[in-house]
Amino acid sequence: MLELKDICFERDGKKILDNVNLVIDDKKFVAITGPNGGGKSTIAKIIMGIEKPDSGKIIFNGEDITNKTISERANMGIGFAFQQPVRFKGITVGDLLELSVGRKVKLAENCDILSSVGLCPKDYVKREINSSLSGGELKRIEIATVVARGTNLSIFDEPEAGIDLWSFNNLIEVFENMSKEIQGSIVIISHQERILNIADEVVLVEKGKVKQIGKKDEILPELLSSTSRACSRVKEVK
Amino acid sequence: MENLNNLEKDLLKKITDSDDFSGGAYNIRENGKGVARKTTENINIVTKEDKPGIDIIVKEGTKKEFVHIPVMITESGVNDLVYNDFYIGKDADITIIAGCGIHNDHHQLARHDGIHTFYLEEGAKVKYIEKHYGEGEGTGEKILNPKTVVKLKKGAVLEMDSVQIKGVDSTIRETVGELDEDASFIVSEKIMTHGKQYAKTVFNVALNGENSSTHVISRSVAKDESKQEFYSNIEGNTSCYGHVECDAIIMDKGVVKAVPEILANSIDARLVHEAAIGKIAGEQLTKLMTLGLSEKEAEEKIVNGFLK
Ligand SMILES: Nc1ncnc2c1ncn2[C@@H]1O[C@H](COP(=O)(O)OP(=O)(O)OP(=O)(O)O)[C@@H](O)[C@H]1O
Ligand SMILES: [Mg+2]
Repeated sequence: MLELKDICFERDGKKILDNVNLVIDDKKFVAITGPNGGGKSTIAKIIMGIEKPDSGKIIFNGEDITNKTISERANMGIGFAFQQPVRFKGITVGDLLELSVGRKVKLAENCDILSSVGLCPKDYVKREINSSLSGGELKRIEIATVVARGTNLSIFDEPEAGIDLWSFNNLIEVFENMSKEIQGSIVIISHQERILNIADEVVLVEKGKVKQIGKKDEILPELLSSTSRACSRVKEVK
Repeated sequence: MENLNNLEKDLLKKITDSDDFSGGAYNIRENGKGVARKTTENINIVTKEDKPGIDIIVKEGTKKEFVHIPVMITESGVNDLVYNDFYIGKDADITIIAGCGIHNDHHQLARHDGIHTFYLEEGAKVKYIEKHYGEGEGTGEKILNPKTVVKLKKGAVLEMDSVQIKGVDSTIRETVGELDEDASFIVSEKIMTHGKQYAKTVFNVALNGENSSTHVISRSVAKDESKQEFYSNIEGNTSCYGHVECDAIIMDKGVVKAVPEILANSIDARLVHEAAIGKIAGEQLTKLMTLGLSEKEAEEKIVNGFLK
């Protein structure tokens, strides 16, 4: 499905990604984890086309997409939920979902999408995506925009951040259902053990490199042995 | 209204969002002359004798009625000046829909200057909607200079929505308000300019009565080489609240100047102004592009949403 070949990305003289090689197979549920600042979000942005690598290649379903724009990649079937959702003055939740689905959406459809991320549709469809929404609400709407698209490759950057525990259980269900329905692949960047548990594969990214790929049980000892803060977060959850 | 041709009907619809005024009172003015009028039991419309324009007189206690007073200019070389005075009786609660549409297919200028004065008696409530629109293939300039004067007695509320989205080459819009006790003046203004258009807005509101308040929200987009200026001056003379928010998006070579001024003459006056000007945030474009929109489409959505 997706292949990153020797991706390097440098900013302000700092190697943010250093020869990243990664293959995401068809119909896989992949979790990317690792310490803060390791380069996880940057990998996602490079896949989506938001950042351009200094060198290396990105292959999607056999096609080289390294020089394709964000819009082109989106239309080829890549979706990305931001770690930090964007606010819009005047654009409502309903408007954004409609743009995500790519056509006029019936209220019932919006309701399905919103309730799947734990939001009561009646209260939200007409709300503007501005600073009046709480952090967790924004995050759920962000997730909904990608769920609604049902893309072949969907990337979620720390979807659990700011989401309360009850909704988190439902969220896991959303991802599981999605991976069944779309017959595509899901990539979740996460620090949560619960997400690592359900992943087919866990990728450990540290200091701009892919340090290890494997099942959660193989990765966790490596992750915990590291001294960074992200690791202690994984410990707390245990 | 049956005697209007298609161009006129179309223009009317663009400025009033409606093609049927039959539910209320109306007065349609075209090229400097009144062409249709209807009054109701509670709302009278009288032609002024000393100068061009009309008096709109709304009886005390009138509830949920509509008044449409659109103005059209469909001929080139027209320079129309009109005075409309609104006398709104005690505790009345009505909606007034004004608007000016210019269709200019020629090379001479077409200009309309409307001076609207609102006298709201105690407890009266008015929603005033004003839309400005220009169209036509000619090179003749389309100029609109509306002036609104608002006098609010105790507890009166005037909510004013003004929109100018397209086709007006030059506009200077001036609004002056004087508020008594408990009165409230809420203004929402939306402007988009393009090409070489020019738009200037001036708000002067005096909060004279205790517990009076005003909220002014201006959202504007300046595209191409267009220029906009926004001046507001809120004067708090007693215990009162005033809030001005000016938010502008600039694109291409658009220029926006915002000068919000607030003056507190009383220790109990609370006045706030906010002004922000900038291009569309890059991350907003990025987000919409990740949903499959092109950069142009994303820009359009953001601008339309902002001005909605
Ligand atoms: N455009 C940029 N310019 C400079 N530095 C950048 C830029 N983008 C990312 N970085 C840096 O690159 C590193 C990796 O950032 P990235 O956001 O990919 O980390 P992450 O693994 O997602 O971390 P977290 O778990 O905190 O979300 C960080 O040190 C960050 O400060
Ligand atoms: Mg990150």
